[in-house]
Amino acid sequence: MPEPDSAPNENAPENPGATSRSSAYWRSNLRLIGVLLFFWALVSFGFGILLAPALNAFKVGSLPMGFWWAQQGSIYVFVVLIFIYAWRMDKLDRKHGVNE
Amino acid sequence: MSTLLSGWFQRDVFAAPLFAADATRSYTFLFVTITFMIYLYIGWRSRVRETESFYVAGHGVPAIANGAATAADWMSAASFIGMAGSISFLGYDGSIYLMGWTGGYVLLALLLAPYLRKFGKYTVPDFVGERYYSETARIVAAVCAVFVSMTYVAGQMRGVGIVFARFLEVPIWQGVVLGMFIVAFFAVLGGMKGITWTQVAQYFVLILAFLIPAVALSRVLTGNPVPQIGLTFSDITQKLNMLQVDLGFHEYTEPFANKSRLDVLCITFALMVGTAGLPHVIVRFYTTPSVRAARWSAFWALLFIAALYTTAPALAVFARYNLINTLHNAKVERIEEVTSADGITRNIYHLSHTNKAGKTEPIDWAESWQRTGLITFDDKNGNDTIQLTNQNGAFAEAKIDKDIIVLSTPEVAKLAPWVIALVATGGLAAALSTAAGLLLVISSSIAHDLYIHFIDPHASEPKRLLVGRIMICAALVVAGYFGVNPPGFVAEVVAFAFGLAAASFFPIIFLGIFDLRTNREGAICGMIAGLAFTAIYIIGNKSVQLLGTETPLMSTWCFGISPEGIGAIGCMVNFGVTLLVSRLTPPPPQHVLELVESVRVPKGSHEPEAHFDETDAEADNP
Repeated sequence: MPEPDSAPNENAPENPGATSRSSAYWRSNLRLIGVLLFFWALVSFGFGILLAPALNAFKVGSLPMGFWWAQQGSIYVFVVLIFIYAWRMDKLDRKHGVNE
Repeated sequence: MSTLLSGWFQRDVFAAPLFAADATRSYTFLFVTITFMIYLYIGWRSRVRETESFYVAGHGVPAIANGAATAADWMSAASFIGMAGSISFLGYDGSIYLMGWTGGYVLLALLLAPYLRKFGKYTVPDFVGERYYSETARIVAAVCAVFVSMTYVAGQMRGVGIVFARFLEVPIWQGVVLGMFIVAFFAVLGGMKGITWTQVAQYFVLILAFLIPAVALSRVLTGNPVPQIGLTFSDITQKLNMLQVDLGFHEYTEPFANKSRLDVLCITFALMVGTAGLPHVIVRFYTTPSVRAARWSAFWALLFIAALYTTAPALAVFARYNLINTLHNAKVERIEEVTSADGITRNIYHLSHTNKAGKTEPIDWAESWQRTGLITFDDKNGNDTIQLTNQNGAFAEAKIDKDIIVLSTPEVAKLAPWVIALVATGGLAAALSTAAGLLLVISSSIAHDLYIHFIDPHASEPKRLLVGRIMICAALVVAGYFGVNPPGFVAEVVAFAFGLAAASFFPIIFLGIFDLRTNREGAICGMIAGLAFTAIYIIGNKSVQLLGTETPLMSTWCFGISPEGIGAIGCMVNFGVTLLVSRLTPPPPQHVLELVESVRVPKGSHEPEAHFDETDAEADNP
């Protein structure tokens, strides 16, 4: 949410008042990054590598699932993760009045 | 990736006297001329007069264009030619390249790009120098950036030379010199602006050149023109798995057949973090108009890269299936002894196989590739047929170089000569675009970070621009020299580049943004510890190639992790040392904390204080 003192502090962040405003923004940013990186690690290191032998018992189309995650699925998910980040951050920037 | 590149550097990949060679040469000449005219025109249109345009294209590149430029910048001759072939031979274990070289963009988009764009200066050493209020850190970063980029660019120039030499039949040195002139024209005139817009054009050339043969092959083998769908939903991989087992190999999709699970994990991680830490990739995000555009351009970049990286594994499966199907049990018609121009005598096998319609037909493409030495046959048991059964992990009676997988696809699939010419043009685009981006990093590191900063901080604007241009030319001459006379260890050194980027740049840039407490002492100790650990491990394990020792000086004592994957551990070492030392030494000064606060917020990336002030770092340095 926008802080009440956002108007006089246009010259953020040299201004000390900006710290509290940007830290609410910063915490939301960190939370989003954390969630997205969890999925990043899950599809690549998890599904694509560590769990690949187990997942190969299942199929995606006619490919073993672990193999599919390693050579196809993980890359699609990476693209989607960056899309979600750029999209959510646009909203977050506007919400906190730090957009350009 | 050292093995991935080795064939590309050292052997005459393009030496095939292709059938329909005349038509192919005419088409190649035509395509290369047209694309070069386009690159030159763009270079002329984008010429610049200010340093800001020269180094970061005036922060004026739209997100989608920057995405395409980043994709072309990133995908080199190795991605274009070597990768699908390597995957084809590694099977599942080839996933290290696919996940490693795409997953790094997630780290880049979430952890580095937006903040570095907000910081808003010209180079990676700029950030390191200011955030860690240390000229030593700036110098270390600049030297690393030059070293990493130089190892890369030599290979690109070599690639350019070889394409010219083999498809247009001019000597390699002439090909390299011609390539140098083309790059020099748009890089020197237009700097980052010229490079960016040329890379946008080059992306479309290279992606078309990669997709067209893949689509054609997918239609022939799976009935579906989309390679990704053909791979996933047809039974081609099951058939390949069965073929592999019949021949005594492991299944194509079986994990960890060539590399251990830990090694796959470490190499993937090192390639991801290395990708995110490579200066020529990072610097592309400085060129966008805003922080928001930097995020979106990371999305576009990965989308454009994914077009090639999801096609490559499909191509790898198709090519291997086709290869085994065509060559296994092929009949030896006759063996001809041929002495080539370079004085090597080879046994050329004339082969034939029975096609689906039951007719016997000759295998023409195998003959033309044998003349290059990239395929050799040896009918060891003398039964007049070629067996591809497993013998010590390789085909028993054939040796097939992985680098021909992409290049021979159009011929194997019997595509028209213009497709072969298109692949040559695409290889050139991939090599030239990467070379240009690397040259700019070298130029900016030497001219901006070292010369202007330390020797002539009060240089006028025209002089700064002139120094930048001179440095691009100088770097190009050095790169050209290595292109004509490649040092034997270049391929080994490329493994170094990723390890180095993972163990040095990534941790300290990341902590510089996300951890306020990280200070100068921590960053310098962390960088040195990470670098030293990684470098010693790689050099020790590759001492045969790098130092010329009889046996490697070191075993893979670190849990059996290969030199390619050790950057992952080097990265952890850097993180650990940086965090620890930072907490034992005084915190960073107030103005650095304010700098970090400022890069965390998108607003104000155009305000004057975000611009460069040469005196800052000097005055603050005790």
